[in-house]
Amino acid sequence: MTDQATASSSKPASTFAETARKYALFVLLGLMLVGFWSAQPAFINSANLFSILQAVSVVAILGVGVSITMSAGGFDLSVGSVAASSVMAASYAMVVLQLNAFETLGLVLLMGAFIGLVNGLLIVRVGVPDLLATLSTMFLLAGLQLIPTGGRSITAGMMLPNGTTAAGAYDPAFLILGRGRLFDTVPYPVIVMGIVALLAWFLMERTRWGRVFYAIGGNETAAHLAGAPTKAYRLWAYVLSGTLASLGGLIVASRVGRGDVSAGNSLLLDAVAASLIGFAVLDKRRPHVLGTVLGAIFVGVLLNGLTMLNAPYYTQDFVKGVVLVGALALTFGLGKKKR
Amino acid sequence: MSTSSPPKKIAVSVTGLEKSFGPTRALAGADLVVEAGEIVALMGANGAGKSTLVKILSGSISADAGTILLNGKQVSFASPAEAQAAGVATVHQATDQAGAAGLTVAENLTLNELCGTGSFFVSPRSTRKRAAQIAALIDLDLPLDRDFIDLRPAERQLIAIARAVASKASVLILDEPTSSLSSTEAERLFSVLRRLKASGIAILYISHRTGDLAAIADRAVVLRGGKVVASFAKPIDFSAAVAAMIGRTLDAALHDGMVSSAPILASVKRARLIPGSRPFDLDLRSGEVVAITGTLGSGKSRLLRALFGLEQLAEGSFTLDGKPWLSNGPARSIDNGVFMVAEDRWASSLLPPEIPGASIAGTIALPHLPRWFPLGLLRETRERLAASDAISRLGIKARGPDDTLDQLSGGNQQKVVLARWQAAPCRLLLLDEPFQGVDVGARADLIAAIRNSQSGSATLIATSDTEEALEVADRILVMRDHSLYEADGHHESLAAVIGSVESIETRAAGIQDKHHD
Repeated sequence: MTDQATASSSKPASTFAETARKYALFVLLGLMLVGFWSAQPAFINSANLFSILQAVSVVAILGVGVSITMSAGGFDLSVGSVAASSVMAASYAMVVLQLNAFETLGLVLLMGAFIGLVNGLLIVRVGVPDLLATLSTMFLLAGLQLIPTGGRSITAGMMLPNGTTAAGAYDPAFLILGRGRLFDTVPYPVIVMGIVALLAWFLMERTRWGRVFYAIGGNETAAHLAGAPTKAYRLWAYVLSGTLASLGGLIVASRVGRGDVSAGNSLLLDAVAASLIGFAVLDKRRPHVLGTVLGAIFVGVLLNGLTMLNAPYYTQDFVKGVVLVGALALTFGLGKKKR
Repeated sequence: MSTSSPPKKIAVSVTGLEKSFGPTRALAGADLVVEAGEIVALMGANGAGKSTLVKILSGSISADAGTILLNGKQVSFASPAEAQAAGVATVHQATDQAGAAGLTVAENLTLNELCGTGSFFVSPRSTRKRAAQIAALIDLDLPLDRDFIDLRPAERQLIAIARAVASKASVLILDEPTSSLSSTEAERLFSVLRRLKASGIAILYISHRTGDLAAIADRAVVLRGGKVVASFAKPIDFSAAVAAMIGRTLDAALHDGMVSSAPILASVKRARLIPGSRPFDLDLRSGEVVAITGTLGSGKSRLLRALFGLEQLAEGSFTLDGKPWLSNGPARSIDNGVFMVAEDRWASSLLPPEIPGASIAGTIALPHLPRWFPLGLLRETRERLAASDAISRLGIKARGPDDTLDQLSGGNQQKVVLARWQAAPCRLLLLDEPFQGVDVGARADLIAAIRNSQSGSATLIATSDTEEALEVADRILVMRDHSLYEADGHHESLAAVIGSVESIETRAAGIQDKHHD
């Protein structure tokens, strides 16, 4: 009885603060759009907005993978390396092995899934803690991707370590993924990002499998005692994350058109930041797909706008850091009194 | 309030204490007096204001209004350290906070001095010497070199009490001290408390267990709605006290010990829980509620976990519905209608509030998701229906199926956990300490729910509280050293069963233990 009285009488007081926290990032995003627009009218034209979305699509896709592993109580630090390895693997497959676009896609996605499986087995079977297991595969892949080419970037006609010249080249069909646009307006990476986000959101928020991922992250013992095969779920989380990371790598490869050894350097931190900023979206205080995508877009809009206002490129990481600190403070700090 | 005995020194006196949290009035003018050398039991349902009163007295929070007199002087504490310095020591329910893991018993006993008032230099020898003095204060007999983490809850509690005594406390507050103790361990605690009482320390004792209070308390004070509503001198009339506590009478009907003739649903044959223990048999009949009682670590939980497939028997076999039953884990058990509610609901059953599915509806649905939603797609109406049904059937106090569990009181949380396992057809329900941290009113509701759902399934309950066992069960068994014993004869009274627990080893003599005090 007292519970009910408390709840109903305390509600009006906290409603405004709660609503404000819930939509804080949406409001900030809107203010930013309006602000950059008034400072630089070219900002708001559709070509620029789509280029922002295209720029964030890879980070968002990787971030979705990270947030799935985070929701299951894990953490995938290897996504950046998986994406970078995928760039190299895709280039190697086409330039050296002379595979076509579809074979390359399949091969690289399988590789991502396999790396995820290795991560998962290390964690679930061997018992290595999540952060350490994925940290070590991160190093492993960063080194492994250099070995087949002797540390060089992969381009058509490159010299191979055995002295011969690579015979293949990038399949033009493959480049469409990164460079093409639907109806000449919407870049394909944005569409891929949209599909990934929609499917992942549906999986995590609308199906019982998503429910169990979150239950494992919240209380693994409780999930286990409720009959959930927790190890299988955690394994799947890493397989999904690895596959999504390799998809991100494919997009990078098809945009750049060559296997660059330094591709994907900042992808890990950007993807993790997007997931963490997502905690603040809708005041969920947990990893979630919509928040991750919005977090990536938020950072993308901010960086694009600042660049248009001639902010130097070297301030970018600082800006990302400020956004992350602010979002986490919003999530965990402010308004904690309400409980 | 006090009896006609010669006037005693009043150790602590509280008048008109008020405290509000937002719109909730946790304390609405509470008055309380504890004399030196007196043990006062503080009773009250969850939310009656007990813990708020304790927190104010121990300096964790400050009161909105009212005065506290400590040995005649008015005090108000800004921090727990101040309260401790003034002589109010509190032993909290959670025994893992009673000391620091990684330190030895000796270091823990001298922790207050290590952390503040003692000398700058410490040597293992001086620590041991001082620790031995402190241990002697309450006749504590523990190896001083043992790590705190290896101690049982009862031993941790005694360390906390020894520290309180060493800091020259004049008022000792014990919050649910026996909730994780077996009866023998509780008896040991009581003898320590009696010694402290004789030395003139005022003790405020908070407990849900009337059995303990009968054994130890000089006076019982009942708190309801933030006020003291009744006070009972020794001998305490507990049915009146409980009635005052929940504002209605409670008929804790003890169920007769009639032997059921229903078909045997599950049975355990020549089981050894650990190698070398005495083998035992157990038959559970359809519709039966059986309670297993016994000391902490006697193997009650192990038996339930083995039936649920979390552990393996050293020897022996199970049958379920006449067929051999060996589970390899929770998933298989649940598929076959064997459900378990493990002890400590927050660790074993519930999710943190920010997680989707942490609502009442989600909590109840979690184990049933594969059967309720075979295609994978969640339908919230299905979950809500089950939750609404549970809320009305078990009398869960909540706004609705979407409330998260942290908004509910302990008793209501436990009702939700029970409702989870009553939401699907059940063959065998295993409950491990289902009344932990549950007030008397909610306990009665839980017992009614457990007993009413007994069509065609069996319930096995592990509890270290014999009183709870008597209230809920048709049949009571005693576990000792990983083996089961029938409680002697028909249990006409609570004392008889407690007696039979105590006297299992001396059963050959055939004498029932007399309970002193």
